[in-house]
Amino acid sequence: MKEFLLVFRRTAVSNDPAPSPEQMQSMMKPWQDWMGSLAAQNKLVSSGNRLDSDGRVLKPGKVITNGPYVEIKEAIGGYIIIRANSIDEAAELSKDCPMLGMGGTVEVRTLVPME
Amino acid sequence: MQDNELIPHLFRTEYRKIVSVLCKLFGIEYIEIAEDIASDTFLLAAETWGLKGLPQNPTAWLYTVSKNKARDYLKHAAVFSQKVAPEILHTTTPLEEPQIDLSSKNINDSQLQMMFAICHPSIPLEAQIGLSLNILCGFGAEEIADAFLTNKETIYKRLARAKEKLRAERVSIELPDESEINNRLETVLTTLYLLFSEGYYSTSQNTTLRKDLCVEAMRLNLMLVENDQTNTPAANALLSLMCFHSSRFEARMNQNGDIILYEEQDELLWNAELIEKGIYYLNRSSKGAALSKYHLEASIAYWHTHKEDTAEKWENILQLYNRLLRLEYSPIAALNRTYALSKANGKTQAIIEAEKLQLTDNHLYHSLLGSLYAAVDNRKALHHFETALSLAKTSAEKKVIEANIAKMLK
Repeated sequence: MKEFLLVFRRTAVSNDPAPSPEQMQSMMKPWQDWMGSLAAQNKLVSSGNRLDSDGRVLKPGKVITNGPYVEIKEAIGGYIIIRANSIDEAAELSKDCPMLGMGGTVEVRTLVPME
Repeated sequence: MQDNELIPHLFRTEYRKIVSVLCKLFGIEYIEIAEDIASDTFLLAAETWGLKGLPQNPTAWLYTVSKNKARDYLKHAAVFSQKVAPEILHTTTPLEEPQIDLSSKNINDSQLQMMFAICHPSIPLEAQIGLSLNILCGFGAEEIADAFLTNKETIYKRLARAKEKLRAERVSIELPDESEINNRLETVLTTLYLLFSEGYYSTSQNTTLRKDLCVEAMRLNLMLVENDQTNTPAANALLSLMCFHSSRFEARMNQNGDIILYEEQDELLWNAELIEKGIYYLNRSSKGAALSKYHLEASIAYWHTHKEDTAEKWENILQLYNRLLRLEYSPIAALNRTYALSKANGKTQAIIEAEKLQLTDNHLYHSLLGSLYAAVDNRKALHHFETALSLAKTSAEKKVIEANIAKMLK
């Protein structure tokens, strides 16, 4: 078994007002059920984190810029770590990720353990 | 209580107190002497009480006799160490009358400290449970073997090795430092959790023994929440879980020892007092930010005390299982989560998720798929129930599956 990092990217930032607690709850359910499904298969290594959209980018010469990034597509919304036999299986496990239903993307990368 | 039940009952509750107090006094390396004195005391009780009738205060009688026996032992040991050993080692120590303190405070402290000594990290988990049963619950090797579905010899060996380890490591009978207490408490809670589960889920046919196991686990857990140093949210959550589970003890099995599934239980047999206590400890467990698996399991058990199927109930149970699995995977939690999923999100999704689990050598996996496929694809349902039947080990489990098959063939 190898470990894989799944990186979630949103494609657009909505200008809608902040969601109500009920809306928040119904937005969370698909994520909770999907991660619960991975955990039930003993494939979830780490529930990872969600990332706030506010950020800073550091560039050579100690230049600090606020987001926005070059393209909004590059904004990472969150990540988790899963366990699978191969990168193909890891990609298969990512097919039901709710991010895809929201028009976002999932990037699957193999973790290479530090020596 | 009948006279013939009194000694076994006192053995369960008083044996560990005598052993704990004496062991604390002598040091863990003399654990077997403490056990011998306690056993001799009960042996004498069985002989004397049978002939002369019960003493007025049987517990006080036991304490007095064990105290005298301990004093005799120490006198002999002192004679050896003062008269004989100095001849060999050329040392002397002043003779002192030992204090044998059987006050209720010292009894409680000693038992609690004993719990922590037994759960020392140098002892393998299985042996910790065995030792807890043996020393803290007064279970004999045969009863422990019965609970673990193994033979007496294996248990004897396991206990002897564990005691040897306690001696070798010179484990002291005291509460560890504040910093260490939380680490060690986790092991103590695991042991109590397994002790309780052993009673609640064990396949042993001995119902009285199983109920005793549950009661003892709860008694020890209660001691933890009554002591300021060990009264943690997780300890309260575990006690809450035990209260909720044991509230269904009478309802989950009929007089023949057959399992009665949750849906078919008579909720009038659920113990309302225990449910109330469960809620009380669950509230007490909600202090602080730490969320243990006991919190999640207790909350799941809480929702199960609502017999009626509601969308809210099953959605809550599903999310609690989702979190529990993220905290710690176990096949049984994965199966239960999938059942909750079928109730919350429907059978179609649950079948897809169930088949992903691939726990193909687990009879519960096939039973789950059997019930999910029932009325959806009866041929597949029957196939899974039959596979489950071939994998089930106990007759009680087989009966449940056979009943399901009979229902399908009707």
